[in-house]
Amino acid sequence: MKRSRFPFLVTGAVLIFFWLPILVLIIQSFNAARFGGAWQGFSFKWYARLFHEPAIWEAARNTLLIALVVTLVSLVLGTTSALALHRFAKSRLQRFHYTLIYTPLVVPEILMGISLLMAFVAAGLRLGMITIVLAHVTFCISYVALVVLGRLQDFDFTIVEAARDLGANGWTAARRILLPMLAPGLAAAGLIAFTLSVDDFVITFFVAGPGATTLPIRVYSMIKHGATPLINALSTLLLLVTFGTVFLSQRLSKSGAMEGGI
Amino acid sequence: MTKSSSPRRLRKWAMPKKRFGEWFLTLPSFVWLLLFFFVPTALVFVLAFRPADPFGGIGRGWTTATIRALADPQYLIIAGRTLWVSLLTTAICLGLAVPTGYAIARAPLRRRNFLLMLVIVPFWTSFLIRIFAWKSILHPEGLIKKILVTLGWVSPQASLLYNLGAVVLVTVYTFLPFAVLPIYAAAEKFDYRLIEAARDLGARPFQAFRAIFLPGIRQGLMTAVLVVFIPSLGSYVIPDIVGGPGSELLGNKIAQRVFVDRNLPLAGALSIVLILAVLAPLLAVLVLQRKKERPVIVRAEGS
Repeated sequence: MKRSRFPFLVTGAVLIFFWLPILVLIIQSFNAARFGGAWQGFSFKWYARLFHEPAIWEAARNTLLIALVVTLVSLVLGTTSALALHRFAKSRLQRFHYTLIYTPLVVPEILMGISLLMAFVAAGLRLGMITIVLAHVTFCISYVALVVLGRLQDFDFTIVEAARDLGANGWTAARRILLPMLAPGLAAAGLIAFTLSVDDFVITFFVAGPGATTLPIRVYSMIKHGATPLINALSTLLLLVTFGTVFLSQRLSKSGAMEGGI
Repeated sequence: MTKSSSPRRLRKWAMPKKRFGEWFLTLPSFVWLLLFFFVPTALVFVLAFRPADPFGGIGRGWTTATIRALADPQYLIIAGRTLWVSLLTTAICLGLAVPTGYAIARAPLRRRNFLLMLVIVPFWTSFLIRIFAWKSILHPEGLIKKILVTLGWVSPQASLLYNLGAVVLVTVYTFLPFAVLPIYAAAEKFDYRLIEAARDLGARPFQAFRAIFLPGIRQGLMTAVLVVFIPSLGSYVIPDIVGGPGSELLGNKIAQRVFVDRNLPLAGALSIVLILAVLAPLLAVLVLQRKKERPVIVRAEGS
């Protein structure tokens, strides 16, 4: 039977739509022109200029520091949560637990931002790096938990039982059998948490306060105050990092990227 | 009866340990989310009834003035506009995602994975950078403007930026991959012999598509609607960067109350409107699904 070509044409158009802005951005980052637009020759000068912007590097340092702490904390909380959800799936407590894990995923970011800001202000906490970490962990737990839960569902628990039968206690079995076998899933979940933390703008903007600046907040103020060619160069560098991360997570877990897209 | 040989004793002994294990694994994430997700969300409803304090904090005492301030027509217009932009975005995303999801699902396996990568990778890039990329190509000196002016479709004076059209375009760009993925997942599981059967029985291609394919991927369609519609309701960075004064959405108003007026209770009151607007479609889908299948929230456990 002859199939309609229409869906394939739409797909082609959609893919061009997806990639066009990104490709234009990368090309423009090598454009010597000050205001973008017309091509005035190939140049690395915007990249060179980036190295003389201490504010960007300080923001990048803050971002990495936050992301590292967030990744570690949310890995622990997300993994214990996934183990509980998997192991005690039938229990009443886990149904509440699951709702609590799932709901942050469907709540618009701005709502999480404003509610955390109000809570921090009401509790008298000083806004800064610590409030950013608290906020990031809150939305990363859910992603980590769901990715690890996905891994656990394909996991052959008879191996753990075998270890127990052979005399390993619960802790040894978890450390020597469960952890190494879950490692690729944990790495994928960690990468997702790391990326989400590095990339988050909306929630961070609400809870950051005046002192702590992260890279997305810096990029936002550059966009607002028009430092166009510099953002092009910075974005291209960030794209490289992102593509590297995606590639890595693909290698670590074949469906890592898909699960990240929940 | 000896102590240890009784099965009942044994179970009694084993049960508390199992309970302990469950609490041990559940409590960390449960308490964290209770403290930093559930309580703050509930707090918004309480603090909206507090007066604002002049230093950007939350005052003492109670007032309903903030909630009554929402009756201001400017908020009604903005709430209506937010709803309209979200509906339009959702409709456009579905219109593009159904053919795309179908085409990817029907492609040969190797090409299918490649196409999926092409869909996924751009949206792993920073959200701000993608919006910025659009700002620079819609810019008066940008690529799209030049092409359209050369083609004579747009007058050189017209602005492609800072209007509602730009906001919808960039919102579609941001959320379209989220619509393609669930529709692809549903289209991949669909049994295409059903369409052949319908065609054999005399259905025209469009009839078969509408009466057989669309109901077949219903689950994917509903997920797609949720993951596009709900975040667009809360959209704020997109109208902030590519929109103008005439295309402000609810999210912009909330941000203005926080960052410009430093009036947290009013921002909270506006958030309540947003929360209610988000809950409505969520509950609608839950009710719709409960009729036929298990709700999304439980279903996603297996995915």
